[in-house]
Amino acid sequence: MNPLPYAREQCIELVRQMLRIRRFEETCAQLYGEGKIRGFLHLYIGEEAVAVGAVPALHADDAVVATYREHGHALLRGIPARTIMAEMFGKSTGCCRGRGGSMHLFDAATRFYGGNAIVGGGLPLAVGLALADRMQGRQRVTACFFGEGAVAEGAFHESMNLAALWQLPVLFCCENNLYAMGTALDRSESQTDLCLKAESYKIPARRVDGMDVAAVREATLAAAAEVRSGQRPVFLEFRTYRYRAHSMFDPDLYRRKEEIDAWKQRGPLHALTNQLRAQVVFDETDFQQLEDQVSTELREAIAFAEASAPEPVSDLHRDVRAAARPKT
Amino acid sequence: MNTMISYRDAMREALREALQRDARVFLMGEDVGMYGGSYAVSKGLLEEFGAQRIRDTPLSELGFVGAGIGAALGGLRPIVEIMTVNFSLLALDQLVNTAAALRHMSGGQFHVPLVVRMATGAGRQLAAQHSHSLEGWYAHVPGLRVLAPATIEDARHMLWLALQEDDPVILFEHAQLYNVVAPLAPDAAATVDIERCRIRRAGRDLTLVTFGGMLPPTLAAAEQLAQQGIEAEVIDLRVLRPLDDATIGESIRRTHRALIIDEEWRSGSLAAEISARIMEQAFYELDAPVQRLCSAEVPIPYAKHLEAAALPQPATIIEAARRLLGKQEAVTG
Ligand SMILES: Cc1ncc(C[n+]2csc(CCOP(=O)(O)OP(=O)(O)O)c2C)c(N)n1
Repeated sequence: MNPLPYAREQCIELVRQMLRIRRFEETCAQLYGEGKIRGFLHLYIGEEAVAVGAVPALHADDAVVATYREHGHALLRGIPARTIMAEMFGKSTGCCRGRGGSMHLFDAATRFYGGNAIVGGGLPLAVGLALADRMQGRQRVTACFFGEGAVAEGAFHESMNLAALWQLPVLFCCENNLYAMGTALDRSESQTDLCLKAESYKIPARRVDGMDVAAVREATLAAAAEVRSGQRPVFLEFRTYRYRAHSMFDPDLYRRKEEIDAWKQRGPLHALTNQLRAQVVFDETDFQQLEDQVSTELREAIAFAEASAPEPVSDLHRDVRAAARPKT
Repeated sequence: MNTMISYRDAMREALREALQRDARVFLMGEDVGMYGGSYAVSKGLLEEFGAQRIRDTPLSELGFVGAGIGAALGGLRPIVEIMTVNFSLLALDQLVNTAAALRHMSGGQFHVPLVVRMATGAGRQLAAQHSHSLEGWYAHVPGLRVLAPATIEDARHMLWLALQEDDPVILFEHAQLYNVVAPLAPDAAATVDIERCRIRRAGRDLTLVTFGGMLPPTLAAAEQLAQQGIEAEVIDLRVLRPLDDATIGESIRRTHRALIIDEEWRSGSLAAEISARIMEQAFYELDAPVQRLCSAEVPIPYAKHLEAAALPQPATIIEAARRLLGKQEAVTG
């Protein structure tokens, strides 16, 4: 077994964050079954090491652009679990006042720019955020998360080119979980080497084991530093896997159970927990303590969402345009 | 003997018939094959017709819609599925700038026999990037024929007729209709065309004009109005471009009042176009100004109660109909 990547406390914190996302989403699935959460719900279960490794490796004033599979990123960015939960309950206390739901979490305070349900839709946005930083002389990184399915969209290629051409501080984080809905990577890409695509735009690219939270963290720290100081884009491909179906509507008939099981063997949460157990003082009680912390937060989030008021229907039209036009 | 069949299954039967009858027909789109279609319309077709004719595409709407245009130019009869009208915006360029314009700008030398199917509409709490009704955007464009099958018969039989056209046809399938089950008569094909609207319910007091996903709530409202002694005529547009002015006009000449129910936003909607045409063509037949009931002018919100409030509902249709008839007192039941 490999040595622990970090000191005991830091490893425990990584486990705690992965557990937090895992339990949060398991609960979401359950609440979906109860009809409390509706719409499309895309779970990140299995992929937690990517967000847990990458998001906290950014600075507080960096920006994050994500997809519809973004609960984990949102939690890690610091959006309170209670306002995320309330959003999914469609309540007025939700981070988007019930307008967005699971696929559209936004938070200005943490520079979390969504929550985008158009595949590839976030990439040009990230390019623009970085352009604004560059033009205004700010040393910030815009981290853009997207699935490998997005790589087929024109928006991906146009964004790669712009970011490289204008030398913009974007950290492209491709979460390659091998399937875009039911379409496997090799059934949708003539060139399945995603790093090569980025490199063809002269963007430095690295492939990272997305099931290894420390590898993700180290790669992101290094890449973000490079983007920040070098003022140019970097592309990271995280190899990962989603355990659950694409969404709550997906019968998941396009992959073999053995394949799913094989990836589960490498599950990031178990891997690091077992490593901790084997190598330092960390036992069932310690783990249970994490479970308790996580479940307290979760219970509180659900109670908050339940107790919150729905948006008044009279406010249906708010926030389409600014309430008042600027004085000219 | 009538068979009970869902809208989804009727659509699949239509695809199957087209693939069997015409070797030039093939289906392509995201997850139409192995996954079975995002709304399960094409489920089982890959096994039956193989990967050449049930063609999974990468996520590249502009690319594969454009490829559909090229394949049509090359002698095939492609059916392209786009998951949802919101995603069709990524392909709008190919549809408007090429498919719709090619016959005209080539001086009649080229034409594009392409059928594009897509889901549309709200009602499932999918929020602002999956729920819109943009049929009118397509109906705005010369060179396209735009269809909105709202019944089992139309779902089953419009596709084949669309494939007989020598120019592009856009077919909108409202996501709320897929699970509707209704009887289908063996000779239903005879009742389907892609030129005229259909009167789904006869009535003398006012005309309710609607299409697509708004047909069921409009018919429900008409039934309740009947219980209140108001006989509404319900017109299902079916063909959103070109509009069948004649049938609408005839109905107005009988009822003298019109309410248009349209899930699009009101500004610049099909409802606006129809209203203008009634004004132009039947103004002196009207006993009251034409009324419109459309979606609230907001990106469709996620929360159930907000989404419901944004969309026309049987209750609001009844209310608008009664107002049109000058009956504004509170109604119960
Ligand atoms: C432009 C567009 N086309 C299609 C869809 C439907 N859709 C939603 S997610 C998805 C698969 C995306 O796969 P990937 O980018 O790999 O991300 P993952 O879901 O695996 O995280 C598809 C086809 C969409 N949301 N947007």
